[in-house]
Amino acid sequence: MAAPVKQNKLIRWIDHRLPVFTLMEHELNEYPTPKNLNYWWNFGSLAGIMLVIMIFTGVFLAMAYTPQKDLAFDSVERIMREVNYGWLMRYIHMNGASFFFIVTYIHIFRGLYYGSYKTPRELLWMLGVVILLLMMATAFMGYVLPWGQMSYWGATVITNLFSAVPVVGNAIVTWLWGGFVVDNPTLNRFFALHYLLPFVIVGVVMLHLAALHQHGSNNPLGIDRKGPQDSIPFHPYYTIKDLFGLGVFLLFYAAFVFFWPNLLGDPANYIPANPLQTPPEIVPEWYFLPFYAILRSVPNKLLGVVMMFGSIFILFLLPWLDTSRVRSATFRPIYKWFFFVLIVDCVALGIVGAHRPEGIWVVIGRIATAYYYFHFLLMMPFVGWFERPRPLPTSISSAVLKGGGRLAGAGATMEKP
Amino acid sequence: MADIAHPAGGSVHGTETSRRDFLTLTAAALGGIGAASAIWPFLDSMNPAKDTLALSSTEVDLAPVQKGQRLTVVWRGKPVFIDHRPDEEIKKAQEVDVSSLRDPQPDSERVKKPEWLVVVGVCTHLGCIPLGQKATDDRGQFGGWFCPCHGSMYDTSGRIRQGPAPQNLAVPPYEFTSDTTIKIG
Amino acid sequence: MRKLVLAVAGAAALGLGAAWAQEASQPLPDEHWSFDGIFGTYDRAELQRGFQVYTQVCAACHALEHLLYADLGGPNGLGYSEAEVKAIAAQAQVTDGPNDQGEMFQRPGRPSDPFARPFANDKAARAANNGALPPDLSLIVKAREGGPQYVYGVLTGYREPPPGVKMGQGMNYNLQFPGHQIAMPQPLRDDSVTYADGTKATLQQEAHDVVAFLTWASEPTMEPRKRTGVKVFLFLLVATVCAYVVKRRIWASVH
Repeated sequence: MAAPVKQNKLIRWIDHRLPVFTLMEHELNEYPTPKNLNYWWNFGSLAGIMLVIMIFTGVFLAMAYTPQKDLAFDSVERIMREVNYGWLMRYIHMNGASFFFIVTYIHIFRGLYYGSYKTPRELLWMLGVVILLLMMATAFMGYVLPWGQMSYWGATVITNLFSAVPVVGNAIVTWLWGGFVVDNPTLNRFFALHYLLPFVIVGVVMLHLAALHQHGSNNPLGIDRKGPQDSIPFHPYYTIKDLFGLGVFLLFYAAFVFFWPNLLGDPANYIPANPLQTPPEIVPEWYFLPFYAILRSVPNKLLGVVMMFGSIFILFLLPWLDTSRVRSATFRPIYKWFFFVLIVDCVALGIVGAHRPEGIWVVIGRIATAYYYFHFLLMMPFVGWFERPRPLPTSISSAVLKGGGRLAGAGATMEKP
Repeated sequence: MADIAHPAGGSVHGTETSRRDFLTLTAAALGGIGAASAIWPFLDSMNPAKDTLALSSTEVDLAPVQKGQRLTVVWRGKPVFIDHRPDEEIKKAQEVDVSSLRDPQPDSERVKKPEWLVVVGVCTHLGCIPLGQKATDDRGQFGGWFCPCHGSMYDTSGRIRQGPAPQNLAVPPYEFTSDTTIKIG
Repeated sequence: MRKLVLAVAGAAALGLGAAWAQEASQPLPDEHWSFDGIFGTYDRAELQRGFQVYTQVCAACHALEHLLYADLGGPNGLGYSEAEVKAIAAQAQVTDGPNDQGEMFQRPGRPSDPFARPFANDKAARAANNGALPPDLSLIVKAREGGPQYVYGVLTGYREPPPGVKMGQGMNYNLQFPGHQIAMPQPLRDDSVTYADGTKATLQQEAHDVVAFLTWASEPTMEPRKRTGVKVFLFLLVATVCAYVVKRRIWASVH
């Protein structure tokens, strides 16, 4: 398979000195991939493409944007009105943030369902959680840049979370702001970091991919590849499948960019920032709503902040919280249902986050927060112990050929760490 | 390679090759067209924006400019030199043998009224601003302008006479809106 | 297990739905607009009438900070020629300077100038308006929940206060405005303007036209956006179908 690439003399010359072509050959053509990946496996590459789109549009937007508090809002409007195709770049970037999160959340839930975090992919999973945290920081700081009302008050509220830290909280917040309120120095540093962090994400994505290629992709059956009959080369099989998935995804994305560009945004962010007046309804972007709901559901300031951040940090522990030896939820009759309840729970938290914390919403928010922690801290270890998984197929190809025909004992296929 | 199945069957290398190649080519072409057209808006965004293009004209009142005085005004962010030329400068400019010039152009083509020379004050070599607007400036051997960057010398019609610059100082589009006002752009 | 989970999920969904329904606010009007939908465009005659309403009524207090006179012309403008745009701009007095004497001076506007503002700054605007700040209108349609329907609702929503409602000093009763008390006195009535094109100037007509104009002012690039969108969408559709066919053929040999 390596031969055709090296036919060209120039390619051979380069490859002898800098083995980029060998690397590409190795990671694309020779890279063995399970043959049974379903369309949920498209979302990893989609997330990578979104990262590229965001960096690309972001660099060009930065050429026309001014990170100065008196000019930032106007410069964004100038991009929308006067810069050639400025509206297009900005709407791609603005809606891109939402679609990046949609894709990433689906990618995460896919990992949760098929047990992609389990041995030997613990570090792969943890690097993914690092990427999620970096994405959240980047998205938050990016939302501040248009310097609208939601930008300003979002920045104020989120930075104030750190004031919950005992003793040094207020000093930390002042340090983050570079002043006594969110002000020009805050905007400046957020712009600098918003430009920097995506490239840090690229670095961690490289590590994420290196970790992925060490043991290869997990698959819907959650069993290891046994031999050549279980694998196909990534290229062309998954390149074309990813491209088709990309097309479908872009159709949805384009519909928002061109026809409903402001549907996911908040109208109040088209009002310039006013440090003396908080808008009557202040909500974060939709992708932060579940976390915002957790924050508001806890009546204690410090505990609320801890539980909000904890809801993400808990994912680092997931490989050890889950005691089941079977990866895929397909073979876990009880866990499977808890998984779907977790999805409902996260959606509920999102809806709660979008409403004023009064009446029924407080109750729902507290139950949903409690359930979230119950799911990870109690359900995962215990269900793993007492659940009797369904029998696993002996190999990927036998399952694919015979629809799960030949079966073996549960848990037999996972390596011991 | 050892651990990958080679999917068997004729459709990979067999009879349907040409049809598949055609499809693959079509798909690749569509992808290429899509990517190329997606890049254009971003490149175009670096061109002057609409509000920049709208800032296109500057009006200048010439009444206070005495004969022999030179005035600098700004048009599209660039300096425009306005020279109220005394008769001897006009004479010098008109007497030059046009065919001997690097960028041959008679003085009459470069002015609307002989006593007013209007040129863009940017050296055609590499974009520096030539000296000569102040009476104390070095105006070079030809009495016009002298570029300090690489020694280009312009005459009293703003034509290149010596040095590396390839062309005469550009004449911007302008018109006399009255006897003593011009509108540049 | 399955039943229990379904029951819990169902109950949660019902609870959420019920809680959501409680939060209904003042219903928006159901006005139809030429720019509705993915093929909607601006109606140039309507925009020009709306611009007339803005100039003769709204502009006394409300600025359009993000617009240049040049935006009125061109393919995304109101359909005015270059000469008409120059004439419109020239009607405004613009402060420029400093001149050679170091003083600011007034001159007629040019297309490259931003729209003239009614007040020098926010403080002057408040002083002239009983302490209330008339908001800039160049993004008003995008900056309000409900967009054009909401703005139309406010403009046509002035009523006599119902008996028993205590109005604040200088406040006016409005059905659409949150809290129903708005500082702006009713700006539009029948025949507030005399349309240049002879259209009968009812309150509804004026409100409709000026909201169309303000929608354009909020997003003058809406038409190229939708046009490009239709093309991009069709292209993606073809490319995706093509990718799907290729995918099917490549995968045909995998069992």
